[in-house]
Amino acid sequence: MTVNPPMSETPENDDVLLESTTLSTQPAAVQPPSGFGPRSLLRWAWRQLTSMRTALLLLFLLALAAVPGSLLPQQGNAPADVADWISRHGALGRLFERLSLFHVYSSPWFAAVYLLLFVSLIGCVVPRTRLHWRALRSRPPASPRNLSRLPVTRSFTTTATPQEVLDAAHRSLRRRRFRVDRLVGSVAAEKGYFRETGNLVFHLALVALLVGVAIGALYGTRGSAIVVEGSGFANTVTRYDSFSAGPLANPQRLDPFSFTLNKFSASYQEGGKQNGAPRSFTADVTVQDSPTATPRSQVVQVNEPLVVGGTKVFLVGHGYAPVVTVRDGEGRVVFSDAVPFLPRDGMFTSTGVIKAPDARPTQLGFQGIFLPTASIDPVRGPLSTFPAANDPALFLSLWKGDLGLDTGAAQSVYRLDVSRMTRVGLEAMRPGESWTLPDGLGTITFDGIKQYAALSIAQDPGKGIALGSVVVAIAGLLLSLFVPRCRVWVRATADDEGTTLVEIGGLARTEAGGLESEVDALRSDLPDEAAPGAREPIEEYR
Amino acid sequence: MTAHTFAYLSNDLVYSAMATLTLALLAFSAELAFGDRGRVARTSRLTVHRVPVAAAVGAGAAPVDVDTPDVAEPSEVDLPESTRSAKFGGIGFALTVLSFVLLLAAVVFRGLAAGRAPWGNMYEFSLASALVVTGAYVIAVWRRPVLRLLGVFIVVPVLLTLGLAVTVLYVDAGPLVPALKSYWLVIHVAAAIISGGIFTLGGAVTVLYLLQERWERRGISNSLSRRLPESEQLDRTAYRLFAFVFPLWTFAIVAGAIWAENAWGRYWGWDPKETWALVTWVVFAGYLHARATAGWKGRRAAMIALLGLSAFLFNYFGVNIFFTGLHSYGGLPNK
Repeated sequence: MTVNPPMSETPENDDVLLESTTLSTQPAAVQPPSGFGPRSLLRWAWRQLTSMRTALLLLFLLALAAVPGSLLPQQGNAPADVADWISRHGALGRLFERLSLFHVYSSPWFAAVYLLLFVSLIGCVVPRTRLHWRALRSRPPASPRNLSRLPVTRSFTTTATPQEVLDAAHRSLRRRRFRVDRLVGSVAAEKGYFRETGNLVFHLALVALLVGVAIGALYGTRGSAIVVEGSGFANTVTRYDSFSAGPLANPQRLDPFSFTLNKFSASYQEGGKQNGAPRSFTADVTVQDSPTATPRSQVVQVNEPLVVGGTKVFLVGHGYAPVVTVRDGEGRVVFSDAVPFLPRDGMFTSTGVIKAPDARPTQLGFQGIFLPTASIDPVRGPLSTFPAANDPALFLSLWKGDLGLDTGAAQSVYRLDVSRMTRVGLEAMRPGESWTLPDGLGTITFDGIKQYAALSIAQDPGKGIALGSVVVAIAGLLLSLFVPRCRVWVRATADDEGTTLVEIGGLARTEAGGLESEVDALRSDLPDEAAPGAREPIEEYR
Repeated sequence: MTAHTFAYLSNDLVYSAMATLTLALLAFSAELAFGDRGRVARTSRLTVHRVPVAAAVGAGAAPVDVDTPDVAEPSEVDLPESTRSAKFGGIGFALTVLSFVLLLAAVVFRGLAAGRAPWGNMYEFSLASALVVTGAYVIAVWRRPVLRLLGVFIVVPVLLTLGLAVTVLYVDAGPLVPALKSYWLVIHVAAAIISGGIFTLGGAVTVLYLLQERWERRGISNSLSRRLPESEQLDRTAYRLFAFVFPLWTFAIVAGAIWAENAWGRYWGWDPKETWALVTWVVFAGYLHARATAGWKGRRAAMIALLGLSAFLFNYFGVNIFFTGLHSYGGLPNK
């Protein structure tokens, strides 16, 4: 038993030994273009693109390209932060915007990197699939002339005939699930083909994953909506607060369901370091899967979305909606509704706006701060100290004048355009209280509080393909990493003294190990002395 | 016992583990400091070197020649148990095993105190990661005794992690925010923690490989180089660790994506945590490719692995602390 020194001469069976250093059936290194014709140049470019080195480079580029999107705010996740970043950094911000750095993952250069990577992957995998298919149907490579050059070797002499030895080797290797080829005077065997199969399956599954992602991006839709307790939601585009659809999706054909939010409840950690941390959110809804279906009750929670057809409704947030009634100077009710306020901190200090464009003599607007558990911070002003509505208060500042709604420009329901208004009053209110507005402008009543659920509604027809692909990919990955692939040859030669010299050579084609024990097991199956009765030879000569 | 008692017990166990780990670090450092073997040890090498070999080969280790005496190169067989330095190493390892047991108990009691899987915030995640790194090291040494020399490289990051956990990241045991109430927490985060442990171990082996490879190339011989396995063997060990962890990390990402789909309605949203998980994945995919590419094997591949480990560590520490994303559930009070 010896561990061989590195090979110093050209081995007889070059390809067999060379492969052991590349660990793969990957085609040989890229040659420079042999001519300057467009054909040869194209061939050269294609070979370059599909070489392992290029794949490596593209992998690093992909990793590198993904980084800025995590460092800079992204349009998709935080549009407000993007605008803020640009305005704070001036020229740099505008330059970054032109470089798509605020939507990295949908930018042309990011797409270029991953598409090139996938082209390179396909260009690599397709020829390898062909090679592997051929290898699967061909015999293991013939025995090299000098088995002692192989990395793992054993040799011994026996009184058994070469025929007996080779028969025993054949049986032993078969039992060990080797593919065995019987040659004149030797046996060649290989196993572990599943390794390359797994490798190819893994890479093809990645292509399928990309297809799944693309289908989702092209045909998927998603949007968000705020639904106040007691009110409903119908799954049509107009009911969404924000809505985005893939270029091939049909927003007119969304799943025709609707639901009513009966009650929203939340509980929070009381006291301790994590005071105010949310502990549970529950939305009780009544769902109708289609306009004609019978309504059913369901509870929607974080991690437990409402599923209707291919659409899922997720609970992603919540907040308070103070219910107010505004009467104008003439005593008419010009506004009466629950107004969703947006939370500004973890304790649900929330801000919102009430607009009464129909009020006379002038239009009225209110900027409000809602505090579920009210306190006044000497520095920061009105502040909530707990997210539950234990001691609610509504702080309103009253503006009169032109709300600017008649210009036709779209206006946020959460912002008051005060450019043509004047502030005329400030008041803190408790639920049930009314405020008689100054200058005979009317009254406002703080009727009560409702909660709202912020919902995300999404359908992604590609996600099944994506999930199936990654499951297959992981299976392929496991095969490609853990199946050892190796070749074993056994040669038996009769010598002058009437005994048989047996040589075993093993070549691991992977780093998975286990070849030594494989060869040792084979060795122990071979006869050390002649059998009493000759066995039937196995007739499989090449 | 009440949840409160469990919580205190868990905290005490963490401090105990930190104490034993500090002692282990001292012992491991002493092992390196007293590393130079005397002449007696040197001559006794051949007589001692067979015992660990049997253990190593039994664990499916690489081919090691036991029978031919001329192959007496210092390979993984070099653990002269009789020397002073080795004694320190043995003490260090014993203390590390003790620390592992203490940490295991700390994690279990933390789980009992909170009444859930004990990895719901950064503190608990750090605790579990420290446990996994220590455990991976203990198992690695059990299977290949020569890896005991990794001790310092394992104990230092574990101690740093625990130190950070008890000082900066600590939060009382308690229930979870609703977003984390899912059995996917157990699956996804457990896979991520185990991956993290093995990434760290692989990184430590890779550092040793780079050192040893450099010393071999320059013909430098010092107390550490003489007792380390050959660089080729370190390289192979690192590869096996990374090859083992890569599918697990893939699974951790996929499990996270499935959970994200269930909680937020999209399986991938380029949240900083997701992005850096993918960056880590892509870099290690690069590592596996580099291993099979001529000209990239060895040192270059090792550098790629260390790059991947840095991406992982940045994802673990950096993203939770510096970024605001959906994964910022460190449990730390807002500023």
